[in-house]
Amino acid sequence: MTGVTRVEGRAIPLGLSNVDTDLIIPAAHLKTVSREGLGRHAFEALRAVPGNVFDDPRFEGAPILIAGDNFGCGSSREHAAWALTDMGIQAVVASGFSDIFASNAFKNGIVAVEIPQPGIDRLLAISAEHAISIDVEAMSVVAAGEYFPFTLDPFRRECLLRGLDEIGVTLESEAAIADYEKSAPLLGWKMAKPSAERRLALRFG
Amino acid sequence: MNAGPKTLYEKIWDAHVVERRGDGTCLIYIDRHLVHEVTSPQAFDGLRAKGRRVRRPDLTLAVPDHNVPTTRRVTDNGRREPVSDPRSAEQLAALEANVREFEVPYISDVAAEQGIVHVVGPEQGFTLPGTTLVCGDSHTAAHGALGALAFGIGTSEVEHVLATQTLLLKPSRTMEVRVEGKLPFGVSAKDLILTIIGRIGTAGGNGHVIEYRGSTFREMSIEGRLTVANMSIEAGARSGLFAPDETTFAYLKGRPMAPAGDDWQRMVDWWRTLHSDEGAAFDRSVRFDAADVAPSVTWGTSPEDVVAVTGRVPDPDSFADPAKRNAARKSLEYMGLEAGTAMADVTVEHVFIGSCTNSRIEDLRAAAQVVRARKVDPRIKQALVVPGSGLVKRQAEKEGLDRIFIEAGFQWREPGCSMCLAMNPDKVPAGERCASTSNRNFVGRQGPGARTHLVSPAMAAAAAVTGRLADVRELVSP
Repeated sequence: MTGVTRVEGRAIPLGLSNVDTDLIIPAAHLKTVSREGLGRHAFEALRAVPGNVFDDPRFEGAPILIAGDNFGCGSSREHAAWALTDMGIQAVVASGFSDIFASNAFKNGIVAVEIPQPGIDRLLAISAEHAISIDVEAMSVVAAGEYFPFTLDPFRRECLLRGLDEIGVTLESEAAIADYEKSAPLLGWKMAKPSAERRLALRFG
Repeated sequence: MNAGPKTLYEKIWDAHVVERRGDGTCLIYIDRHLVHEVTSPQAFDGLRAKGRRVRRPDLTLAVPDHNVPTTRRVTDNGRREPVSDPRSAEQLAALEANVREFEVPYISDVAAEQGIVHVVGPEQGFTLPGTTLVCGDSHTAAHGALGALAFGIGTSEVEHVLATQTLLLKPSRTMEVRVEGKLPFGVSAKDLILTIIGRIGTAGGNGHVIEYRGSTFREMSIEGRLTVANMSIEAGARSGLFAPDETTFAYLKGRPMAPAGDDWQRMVDWWRTLHSDEGAAFDRSVRFDAADVAPSVTWGTSPEDVVAVTGRVPDPDSFADPAKRNAARKSLEYMGLEAGTAMADVTVEHVFIGSCTNSRIEDLRAAAQVVRARKVDPRIKQALVVPGSGLVKRQAEKEGLDRIFIEAGFQWREPGCSMCLAMNPDKVPAGERCASTSNRNFVGRQGPGARTHLVSPAMAAAAAVTGRLADVRELVSP
């Protein structure tokens, strides 16, 4: 993954609270073995309504989405993050995020910016006419001369900026993991295998 | 680390720290990893792309559940029935190819033990107290019923666990949900958790792990605890915990994948230490009186939109918060409901008894008790019972519950996630209404345009035999 230091451009002023992952990408579209191509199904139910904000030509190709509280609540499907990336979203600015979505967004290089609701209200108003700019290094949003600070978890910020392969980083701790396994209370006995590993010969048609 | 009194969460966390990083982030060991077909293919692809292996296949268990049809799966001559949607078939086949290549233990869709991962884990004794357990599925919270620190993860994290058997995590804040007293007649664990979510809201538990405490939970069966812990995520909490106790040990003893003999005794001795210490501090605490809980239903498109079945559809203008007012207006429009309508007058066309929330044997018994000697109302187009696993199905059949459902007009299906999220052919058509024992009433959850009312198994049964969201207490007596 490449690092991200700044996201700039128009922002889609969605504004809704409790945007759940079923709304971002319905379950019918989770039947994929790839991360690509989910963007055209993102927010399907909202986009079906004539005059919706996603169809507004002012926000065509906008890299930022603005929402209210509890963005990404519900399912753990990372397809929600993949769908946003696929539709060109690089940052979501909201007054709150669900824990799992915040983690999934970060793993995909989407900057999840949390700003208190009064700031969101301002940004929703500003975004109708102006582009906004998110600086990951400085942890600030600047729009039409107004300034909105935010915080990021230091580790997540570092990963975003440097585009780190988190698994690669963890594998450097191999010795510590192996040491843990020698002493862990739950690993001192061998778990039985499930008794159901059979009929594997049957093929899917 | 803090040497004072600890919460249950802190004890499990501390027992799994592999490394502490400077900013509070810890590398946490994962004891158990459940894998299903929807959130794993991209993770296995990631391993392949980097030439990585599954570090501990012996701590991993794969079960297909989301896409599997709930109709017959094996033909009379022993072949697999074709899966009608080729994309579902592709995902199921990908899981089977991946578990072979990476040698991951697997319960196939045609095995008698197959079921929803969150039903199979506890049932097989794969889920154990004091473990860290993850799955690419938010309802992994369910396993907290047995005292496991269990939470849903995304696919990148699935890949991370497959490759390293660890996750990089920051400790959560803790929330105590304390309920005292006996649940009234006709009120189940589902009604209790819906009431809790209605009070604290779907964002109320964000950043927290909930511990369920108090006499109501101590007296609750493992099945009831699984229902409660399962829906912790609907309150925003990634995990919900119950301290393991004699009920837990009795449930687990002798399960196929649980420890046995001396190992069992050694583990039980450790498990007995897993409870929040006297005086342990929680970041937040909420209390309920069990006597105040009524059979509950949802009216809107968020699991926090909860009202007693004796209540009415709320007026959006009654909400003080303008965002909530607006959301309620949209919800009622989607749900096709008028403010002020009595919930018990709302008619339904579909009934779904199933899902990782409510598809265990107790749930089926509770529903069957209401259905017994009654018929599904002629206005109902579809009434499904989808047992949570093959073993639940077999047990129910042994007790004759299948006959009660079938004779009443229900369809008795094969196990899977089914109509909870409509990834397989089980769907609610647009504009139609379903009384469902599942966990989410989101827009389009049970199919595009489908309208969902979340209820307990007994209430779903009451809806089936009356054709409306009837109060179950009018149909059965104590």
